[in-house]
Amino acid sequence: MSKSQSPDAVIIGAGVVGAACAYYAGRAGLSVAVVDRGPVAGGTTGAGEGNLLVSDKEPGPELDLALLSVRLWRDLAALLPADVEYEAKGGLVVAPDPTALKALRAFAEGQRAAGVEAAEVPGDGLRALEPHLAGGLAGGFHYPQDSQVQPARAAARLLAASGAAVHLGEEVTGILRTPSGAVRGVRTARRDLTAPAVVNAAGTWGGAVAALAGTELPVRPRRGFVLVTEPLPRVVRHKVYAADYVADVASGSAALQSSAVVEGTPAGPVLIGATRERVGFDRSPSTEALRRLAAQAAALFPVLTDVRALRAYHGFRPYLPDHLPAIGPDPRVPGLLHACGHEGAGIGLAPATGLLIAAALTGEPAGGVDPAPFRPERFDDAPDTGRRENTP
Amino acid sequence: MPTSPSEPPERSGPFDLAVVGAGPAGLAAAVEAARRGLRVVLLDAGDRPGGQYHRHPAPELGARRPGALHHDWREFTRRTAALDGLVRAGRVVHLPGHHVWTVVPEGTGRRLHAVAGPDEAAASVRARAVLLATGSHERQLPFPGWTLPGVVGAGGAQAMLKGGLVLPGRRVVVAGSGPLLLAVAGSLAAAGARVPAVVEAGTYLGYSGFAPALLRNPAKLAEGALHGGALLRYGTRLLTRHAVVGAHGSARVEAVTTVRLGPDWRPLPGTGRRIPCDALAVGHGLVPQLELATTLGCATRTAADGTAALVLDAEQSTSVPGVWAAGEAGGIGGARLAVVEGTLAAASVARALLGGGAPGPRETALRRRRDRLRAFAEAMGGVHRPGPGWTGWLRPDTEVCRCEEVPAARVTEAVDVLGARDARTVKLLTRAGMGWCQGRVCGPAVAALAGHASGEGAVPDRRPLSCPVPLRHLAELPEPPAD
Ligand SMILES: Cc1cc2nc3c(=O)[nH]c(=O)nc-3n(C[C@H](O)[C@H](O)[C@H](O)COP(=O)(O)OP(=O)(O)OC[C@H]3O[C@@H](n4cnc5c(N)ncnc54)[C@H](O)[C@@H]3O)c2cc1C
Ligand SMILES: Cc1cc2nc3c(=O)[nH]c(=O)nc-3n(C[C@H](O)[C@H](O)[C@H](O)COP(=O)(O)OP(=O)(O)OC[C@H]3O[C@@H](n4cnc5c(N)ncnc54)[C@H](O)[C@@H]3O)c2cc1C
Repeated sequence: MSKSQSPDAVIIGAGVVGAACAYYAGRAGLSVAVVDRGPVAGGTTGAGEGNLLVSDKEPGPELDLALLSVRLWRDLAALLPADVEYEAKGGLVVAPDPTALKALRAFAEGQRAAGVEAAEVPGDGLRALEPHLAGGLAGGFHYPQDSQVQPARAAARLLAASGAAVHLGEEVTGILRTPSGAVRGVRTARRDLTAPAVVNAAGTWGGAVAALAGTELPVRPRRGFVLVTEPLPRVVRHKVYAADYVADVASGSAALQSSAVVEGTPAGPVLIGATRERVGFDRSPSTEALRRLAAQAAALFPVLTDVRALRAYHGFRPYLPDHLPAIGPDPRVPGLLHACGHEGAGIGLAPATGLLIAAALTGEPAGGVDPAPFRPERFDDAPDTGRRENTP
Repeated sequence: MPTSPSEPPERSGPFDLAVVGAGPAGLAAAVEAARRGLRVVLLDAGDRPGGQYHRHPAPELGARRPGALHHDWREFTRRTAALDGLVRAGRVVHLPGHHVWTVVPEGTGRRLHAVAGPDEAAASVRARAVLLATGSHERQLPFPGWTLPGVVGAGGAQAMLKGGLVLPGRRVVVAGSGPLLLAVAGSLAAAGARVPAVVEAGTYLGYSGFAPALLRNPAKLAEGALHGGALLRYGTRLLTRHAVVGAHGSARVEAVTTVRLGPDWRPLPGTGRRIPCDALAVGHGLVPQLELATTLGCATRTAADGTAALVLDAEQSTSVPGVWAAGEAGGIGGARLAVVEGTLAAASVARALLGGGAPGPRETALRRRRDRLRAFAEAMGGVHRPGPGWTGWLRPDTEVCRCEEVPAARVTEAVDVLGARDARTVKLLTRAGMGWCQGRVCGPAVAALAGHASGEGAVPDRRPLSCPVPLRHLAELPEPPAD
């Protein structure tokens, strides 16, 4: 454990992204301090589901990040304690009718060219993979790379393995800067932590942290609900969802959208999630979100109809207007780096993000992924970033 | 809009007032509100009115004198008779066996969704105002052996006795903390059990520090003395500043170990003593039941007994407009306070919905009584609040969460090594509280184990589902109109 009061970098945020940054920075030989105003995984990470998906991503920078991440998660799973519940269970995307299947086939074709493994499953072959699936589906695609971790434990174990000095229950209230404007540390109610680099891994609150450093990052919340059933014997083996999901993720719509991913967990409960809607930080209950999740899950798996939901929870995904995270140094404020805005994929994308941040901190080239599309200052180039938000 | 009070309201409403919980508070509220001209629906998860306090045997059991186990039985039967009258007159719709799982805004009022009856049918009602009288459940602090058969909740033993006239054993040690213990021991002894000891972790001497509150409640003093006297007659020993720190036995409990506690409840070494018994009734007071309230966004406070309770104003209003509360949801305080608060809350709802002047003399007197009883309850709650040293009687392998079988060592690891600082993160990291009871049993213990890291008070979880709900109920909810 580093006891230094002046580490090489301070990371703001002990969610899965901050933990991954700490882990890879530590592995690169840097001394790191992590600061969070709450507990570990107390933000969106504790409300996430832990899907590590490539299946829902179209070819492009996010898919590249996801492909690198699923490989990294597999390596991490071999090093971390088993209670992170890593499972390479694979995804199964189903199409209700021939039209949807055709669209899915074209989508999968593009993904294959980008390195995704995807195998078509004919309608009558679906039950071999998922015996309880509803009848009458046109077909689907099996994505063996899709996998799973338990997000809170994954974050906590990564953080513990990072060797970072961890300061929990301390809110960062100021970013210290030199007269020339470069970052030189952070301030909490209890201490000043000086460091030549500060990483903003504050998730949905990344915009507020950017503002503390005198710059801008348009991170906004997107609410999601998850339903959890009573424990069941394994009735769902893969991550199963209907093909309209891919359309939802890329959508800029503020209306509630959902296509439930249904999956079993090692402990028995089936998870059904998640909805996506942009309603700010509204914590009031939404029976409409629960209705959709339940209806979609029951449509996919009729056996679930009479199963009881034990609880439901929600969280606020951090999203940026172009649905890509901000990763890397902020040229507007020397010494400041961002690692936030991962929307509904932060758990999946955390390791690759950590690797990119570690590379940026050490000045070494990042292997495998081009960081350019994730430049934090990219929204300066497009003054009309609010446009997509306003389209229905 | 409002139909005349004599006209039977439709069973689904819209009602003026929906009361959730038919314990002493909800019952009093429903009767008072209907008398003041409101159209009332009363929902309760239980099959018969009375809540936790007026548990009574199912009629099939043919108890000859169910009132023998109850204080205030006459008042209770008078109130249920009034309820029956109002139901017959169509002024109250009583829906027993309805577990409300959520309350959501609808129009200018709210809709309550419930799981109804043994076949778990879906039901919902609409009302302009909501009164939460959801009561409390028992606080358990784990100790080695607490999962052995024969170990039951103290309140649970009382409920078993009242509801089914069954004794948990023949030689029953009563342990934990709080004024309920003496009542439980008295009932068990009166029903024929031998109660070798009442083991109280706090000390009743602490009450004297609150003499002003006590002196304003002479009835409470008398009640305390009565319990003490009766127990002496049965030969029960009262051990204060003691705790049961182990239950022993193979197939079921055969003995318990008690120790003396230091002022912060730390077990004092070398003070262990064994007491043979065939049952242990144990509980550390009660915890307000707040699932519906916190999901509605009602503000909470940390009460003197360390539990989270609703913030209520003089009108019994929660921080959320249109939502009132009465009884133990607003803090543990006993059945009498619950009745007073229920009455006051109903009066306040009637004023808000029907208009009307300032509170009359009866209400003013009731308000004074409420404030006195509340002050007393807070004083007593402080005396029996678990000291931080109680965790000293846990062993690493002591199960904290029985549903998910999580031992104390895993909770400690989550806090000390992995960075959990509250019950929510402990739950995420260990699964403690994720099982069937959803943390109702282990919640207070987990919060105490996690809380020392942050030093924060009790923060209840938000829970969109306050009980298990069949998926088909959710799937069949009406779709909102497209906009
Ligand atoms: C319902 C739901 C389901 C999801 N399912 C999945 C899924 O299956 N797969 C997937 O990959 N992703 C999923 N996500 C998304 C995923 O949870 C997020 O992308 C991810 O957790 C973001 O992690 P983070 O570390 O960036 O943010 P967070 O976990 O929110 O961490 C940010 C931390 O910063 C701290 N912080 C903020 N401001 C300050 C300050 N000023 N000082 C100190 N600390 C501060 C916060 O306390 C917080 O702990 C889901 C999200 C939701 C809501
Ligand atoms: C196990 C137990 C045993 C007790 N024994 C004694 C005793 O022997 N002597 C004594 O003086 N005091 C006893 N008490 C305390 C006493 O019961 C309370 O002081 C009193 O009942 C408080 O009244 P109330 O109306 O606030 O709540 P309660 O009597 O607890 O009534 C609450 C009611 O709300 C219902 N409810 C809760 N949530 C929902 C929901 N979501 N949907 C529908 N219904 C709901 C419950 O089913 C219950 O009927 C006991 C308490 C408990 C928990």
